[in-house]
Amino acid sequence: MSDITSHASHERTASATGAVLSQNRPDLSCSAGYDHEPKSNTPVQISVRGLKKNYQRGSNVIPVLRGVDLDIREGEFVAIVGQSGCGKSTLLHILGTLDQPDAGEIVFSDQRIDNLAARKRDRLRNNTFGLIFQFYHLLPELNAEGNVLLPLMIGQGFFGYLSKRWAFRRRAAELLEKVHLSHRRKHKPRELSGGEMQRVAIARALVNGPQVLLADEPTGNLDRAAGQEIFEILRNLNATENLTIVMVTHDEKLAEQADRTVRLVEGRIE
Amino acid sequence: MYKLVLCWRYLQTRYIALASVISVTLGVATLIVVNSVMSGFTHEMQFRIHGILSDIVFDGHGLEGFADSQWHMQRIRQIAGDDIQAMTPTVHVPAMLNYRVGQRWVHRQVNFIGIDPATYSLVSDCADYLQHPKNRDAPSFQLRDGGYDVQDRELGEESPYRHGMEMAGWPHRRRIGAEEKAWVAAQKKNNPQLAVPERVGRADPFSGIATPLRAAESEAGVVQQWGPVSEDQVYDKATQQETGVIIGYALAQVLGREGDHYFLVLPGDDVKLTFPTAGTPPKAVSGSFTVVDFYQSKMSEYDSAFVFAPIEKLQEMRGMINPSTGVANVNSIQVKLREGADIEAVRDKLRAAFPPELYAISTWRDKQGPLLAAVQMETAILNILLFLIIAVAGFGILAIFFMIVVEKTKDIGILKSLGASGGGVMAIFLSYGLLLGSVGSGAGLVLGLLFVNNIDHVRRSVEWISGQPVFDPSIYYFQEIPTLVDPQMIVWVIMGAMAIAVIASVLPALRAARLHPVEALRYE
Ligand SMILES: Nc1ncnc2c1ncn2[C@@H]1O[C@H](COP(=O)(O)OP(=O)(O)O)[C@@H](O)[C@H]1O
Ligand SMILES: [Mg+2]
Repeated sequence: MSDITSHASHERTASATGAVLSQNRPDLSCSAGYDHEPKSNTPVQISVRGLKKNYQRGSNVIPVLRGVDLDIREGEFVAIVGQSGCGKSTLLHILGTLDQPDAGEIVFSDQRIDNLAARKRDRLRNNTFGLIFQFYHLLPELNAEGNVLLPLMIGQGFFGYLSKRWAFRRRAAELLEKVHLSHRRKHKPRELSGGEMQRVAIARALVNGPQVLLADEPTGNLDRAAGQEIFEILRNLNATENLTIVMVTHDEKLAEQADRTVRLVEGRIE
Repeated sequence: MYKLVLCWRYLQTRYIALASVISVTLGVATLIVVNSVMSGFTHEMQFRIHGILSDIVFDGHGLEGFADSQWHMQRIRQIAGDDIQAMTPTVHVPAMLNYRVGQRWVHRQVNFIGIDPATYSLVSDCADYLQHPKNRDAPSFQLRDGGYDVQDRELGEESPYRHGMEMAGWPHRRRIGAEEKAWVAAQKKNNPQLAVPERVGRADPFSGIATPLRAAESEAGVVQQWGPVSEDQVYDKATQQETGVIIGYALAQVLGREGDHYFLVLPGDDVKLTFPTAGTPPKAVSGSFTVVDFYQSKMSEYDSAFVFAPIEKLQEMRGMINPSTGVANVNSIQVKLREGADIEAVRDKLRAAFPPELYAISTWRDKQGPLLAAVQMETAILNILLFLIIAVAGFGILAIFFMIVVEKTKDIGILKSLGASGGGVMAIFLSYGLLLGSVGSGAGLVLGLLFVNNIDHVRRSVEWISGQPVFDPSIYYFQEIPTLVDPQMIVWVIMGAMAIAVIASVLPALRAARLHPVEALRYE
């Protein structure tokens, strides 16, 4: 394994020992999240206050988020756990400005982002937040490199992109190298394994140098080893580049290894 | 950038969309072919009509015409001087062309036109349509000494052979002159009692048998002697000719079994023309004329109706010359405008200056209005129908695009999650539509132009396969299907096709733009 992952895994073994619960507790656990090495010295980067989100299904209104309060500090690695369907993805989408809340606010670096104009939210998603999904969400038409370049293509105009394309290519190559995929640069997603696809997705999320990485069950579709590898990469990014990471996960074992675990229960953070 | 990359990728990976574009291709190709052929026909026809008719025709109503063409031409020059290049007076009269084929007389209804060959060839291209090379340079009513075209000079080697034309002119006339002389001599010898009048014998070797025409003439008492020849009675057909006439090619020609041409009358033969005088009531006069050339404009309407003779002869025979002043009447003045003059404007100026109850002033286009309008109408209807085909193709594109948008729902969500705007996503599908439109219409363009350029090969293959003649040159006079590729038409067709492709992609593109990113990402 390379530098990032190995470095991360040392740190992990130390921290994982402190983990208790999970195995014999079914996931309805509503107990307090396990705070691990709190980074209390850094300033709050994302502040969520009274976030509410309802879904309409027919005539019934289904409240999903019922007032979420959450502070995430710079460089923090936060794991969000909770029952399936309790609104973790919804919360993450709202954090990533993919969706808008019905009430409440999100302040990012002293700026409210939940009610920004569509164009500004597009830009935030493009270069401030990096998103990673359970199902990788790569474009099947593009190869690994193309997928990694996609946010750059979206962020730059036609000529801007063309003039800098060599630098961009180098950047994509570096990132693929970092996730150990240099040899898969020209492969289409369907020629990659799940773990490889997720690593491409991570490279893609990183290509625009985001400040926050939002990962929605990034290991949910992977076996334990591949999942662990992905997690190592994230952990390492967090450690070496001081990247804020918010990771939704089902896997209590992984959650334990985060700086802090928050539990979403009945639409609130416990 | 991603828009281009993606729509390019979609083009490469979605062959079904290419299939939807085939109908655009076919539509564009047919539009180009149909328009090229139609405008080829129109152009060819206009070209010929315009060659036959002068730019502006200044007509007096009725058969009597108006006096003093010189004064009228001066007036016209005063009114539209700058625009006028040439003018010539003409006399028009409906007439009956009579000639003898074996034992029988053939009568043809014709449009008998008196022209001044020198100035008439300045206002129209009529000289170009004559069959003797020298007549094409300088038309004349004198019979030529052979050398008439034995094949169509435009169509060349492959065109049907014209039997008899190699003899046409004086050689032919000398031969029939000799035959007639021998015949008359034989008649006189066999039956000295039968007075065979010199003139009749000359013009009509079979005059011993009274023909209905002769009888009718005698009864009506209008026996204008056939022909013009002076009173000196020593007329030798082998060396002398009557007043020359140029007759339409189709008046004389018949098709042989192999499609080659035979002639009922040749240059060198005499024909008779019967036409009304200028007086009231008009009386019929007849005259004998010698055919000196054929007129072949390849517009059957004209080739089967026009007979040209020297204008003075017509004026004299019709009594159009005022005995006291010596000023002759004419029926119309043909006006040729200089290059680039506005024909309609000149016509309107002239119309304003001359009272309409005395003169009808029209352009060549007015004269051919119904024909040209019919062709235009046909073209317009065909265009509408073919554009409907492309519109149908548009619905195909619409459906397939909706399919693609549905199929790509997740990808659209991904793009949005990476910061693509609704407009950007929309642009992908719009440019996809545009790209498909360009591919489709580009292919259609190539196909259409190939078809047009090889239309005669195509025609021959179709004829070979079906065994049916698709295009009979003897009907249209064109050996090949005329085509004219108008770049402006092509631009319009392609823009139209592209517009339809883009319009068809607007709805799916809008739908893609409006997709909620989260919904799209959840879509499986
Ligand atoms: N578009 C929607 N319409 C109605 N209900 C929805 C919609 N999207 C999500 N939900 C509901 O919201 C709840 C939270 O969903 P989600 O955030 O995906 O949960 P998690 O990611 O924690 O499993 C679920 O019960 C889900 O059924
Ligand atoms: Mg989820």
